[in-house]
Amino acid sequence: MTTANSSAQTGPTMNRHKVGMLFFISSEIFFFLTLLSSYAYLSGAFGNLPHQSLAVPRTFVFSLFLFSSSLTIWFAERAFHRHRYGAFRWWMLATMLLGLIFLSGQAIEYTELIRTGITLNYDVFSSAFFTLTGFHGLHVITGLVMLGSLTGLSFAGKLGPENESAVATISYYWHFVDAVWVAVFTVAYLIFI
Amino acid sequence: MRQEPIAPHALPFPPLTRGWGWLAWFSTTDHKKIGILYMVTSLFFFGVGGIEALLIRIQLAAPDGKVLTPQEYDAIFTMHGTTMIFLVVMPIFIGLANYLVPLMIGARDVAFPRLNALGYWVFVLGGIVLYLALFTGSLANAGWFSYAPLSEAAYSSRPGVDYWIVGLIETGVGTIAAAVNLLATIVRYRAPGMTWRRMPLFVWMMMITSLIILYALTPLNAGLIMLLGDRLLHMHFFRANVSGGSAILWQHIFWFFGHPEVYIMALPAFGIMSEVVPVFSRKPIFGYTFVAGSGIAIGLLSFAVWVHHMFAVGLSTPMNAAFSAASMLIAVPTGVKIFNWSTTMFRGRLRMTSSMYFAAAMIIQFVIGGITGVMFASVPIDWQLTDSYFVVAHMHYVLFGGSMFGLWAGVYYWFPKITGRMMSERLGRWHFWLAVIGFNMTFFVQHILGLLGMPRRVYTYPGLPDYAALNLISTIGAFILGIAVLLFLWNLVSSFRHGEEAGDNPWDAWTLEWATTSPPPEHNFEKLPPVRSARPLFDLNHPEYADHARSSREAKA
Repeated sequence: MTTANSSAQTGPTMNRHKVGMLFFISSEIFFFLTLLSSYAYLSGAFGNLPHQSLAVPRTFVFSLFLFSSSLTIWFAERAFHRHRYGAFRWWMLATMLLGLIFLSGQAIEYTELIRTGITLNYDVFSSAFFTLTGFHGLHVITGLVMLGSLTGLSFAGKLGPENESAVATISYYWHFVDAVWVAVFTVAYLIFI
Repeated sequence: MRQEPIAPHALPFPPLTRGWGWLAWFSTTDHKKIGILYMVTSLFFFGVGGIEALLIRIQLAAPDGKVLTPQEYDAIFTMHGTTMIFLVVMPIFIGLANYLVPLMIGARDVAFPRLNALGYWVFVLGGIVLYLALFTGSLANAGWFSYAPLSEAAYSSRPGVDYWIVGLIETGVGTIAAAVNLLATIVRYRAPGMTWRRMPLFVWMMMITSLIILYALTPLNAGLIMLLGDRLLHMHFFRANVSGGSAILWQHIFWFFGHPEVYIMALPAFGIMSEVVPVFSRKPIFGYTFVAGSGIAIGLLSFAVWVHHMFAVGLSTPMNAAFSAASMLIAVPTGVKIFNWSTTMFRGRLRMTSSMYFAAAMIIQFVIGGITGVMFASVPIDWQLTDSYFVVAHMHYVLFGGSMFGLWAGVYYWFPKITGRMMSERLGRWHFWLAVIGFNMTFFVQHILGLLGMPRRVYTYPGLPDYAALNLISTIGAFILGIAVLLFLWNLVSSFRHGEEAGDNPWDAWTLEWATTSPPPEHNFEKLPPVRSARPLFDLNHPEYADHARSSREAKA
């Protein structure tokens, strides 16, 4: 006979938070797959507009900042596991800074497009482009809020070894946001340009 | 090893008076209460959707009906479909799973109790928003799949469709939250000894359903956001007449969701069948692995058949051919399940309870719906019959004759666990026969109407030969079905008040939910029996026939 409560959390590795986040992320992948395939589907009607109005090299440079943030958050997690919370906080701040730099790149891109009159409802390209990159941007912002909360809690001394899964799940999410941009950049800036 | 009695008497129904009195239902994070909330909410919307169905049938009872205007008729069939799918069938199964899955796997609660509550309330919000459109004087009226360009602002300029979109996004978010929760619960909280191969088949089917929800509803939400962008921000996704948007893209996105959605509504019923049929045949399920495995096959294939809803669009022949083949293929794993249930019944010691009656009718009716489904997988038949009443007949045989009858089998089976009281078998039999007669009267004749060429979604019809008679039969059937549903509701209420005491395990069933009291205490279990096979309670109560000792018994013999 065993008691019911011992059934909880008996496994060795993955706890409920990580499992839940992975399932959630897998669902989000299909959200972006829909936006990406719609972008591809509609691209036949884009004409030369993406080619004329998107700054590929500049966006690539800004993308590098986002890509490297996957590395810094990995360092942050490693520091957290080694209980070096000072280093953890600095790596987290670095990750957030890289994310913010990426967002500012997107802001520059958007501003230029809007100044040339290419707004949300300009044509089919602008609709698809702003929706695709905009939803990615919203995910970056969500990630930044979560990273900021973790970092803030850590500065307040309220983040200890018992919060390992919080750090892990948020880092999963951040890697996911990063990986989505690889796909978005490839589709919007390299293939259908 | 006998199980210790857990409590001398069944506990009262989830205490309504503790905490903040009835307000506790608003703040609860208990999976059982949330499950009940889901089911009661769905029953309410079932009433709403049912009244809409009866209005449709009243309008169509005779040629040149004048009860509803064409505009009202469009709104009512749109809301009937949307309500039944998003606010009745999906949430009622999610509610049942919420209640049962933790109990069946021997867990204390779901993995994320607060997320569970959030999911429920977001779903309720979606349902409310859907009907809030009434206050703008316009309900959604572009059909449940809201094809562009009809659903675009140019053709549906009133705000009903906007409310429809926002309501569906919200129910979608709530449903995804519930699915993530169920999956994490199943993966992480199974009782010691409960391997994948010992998991109850209802849990298996809910796991596959939850995965389909994860991968079908986010595409729908993406599509809905685009449609809302088109309508409110004048974006260009599905507006073919301006600068290259594509109305077909909406169809692709919608049906990429829409066909898996059929299995979101069918697989839970398959799970119920796989619990009810063995218990009332006094045999373990025939081919456990095949039931679980064919469920996985259905889950995967359900994402590869969506274009069969679009044969009439005029896509390329290779595309139509490929999706036609895939659609025929998905009938195989579905057919496997039919064999599993029938062979489980074969030479079983059948106990014909109301639950078993519904299960038996479900098999036959679902087969009819399945056969017409395979017909629609064939492109020429689809071209001939698409958008006719044949489609209406087909999908109601699957969703009402299949899912709803399966659900009723489950309600009669688990009501004693949930309330501690038995449902009335006498009322159950009346409910059953009226439902079978009413359902088949309503929908069987619609096959013929469809073959005669009667189009769906048209508010009336002229007095052509046979149209009037067949439609009248259908309408009378709908009212008989309505009476059956009222009897069912009455059975729920009166059995809840005065039903016989059920005891812990009235059916001598074998899954873990029957190892605790009826209704279960807030923490579900005092003690769990050991799980050594797929039928832990049967092993415990019939040690001489225990499943896990079968091989050693056979070796001795």
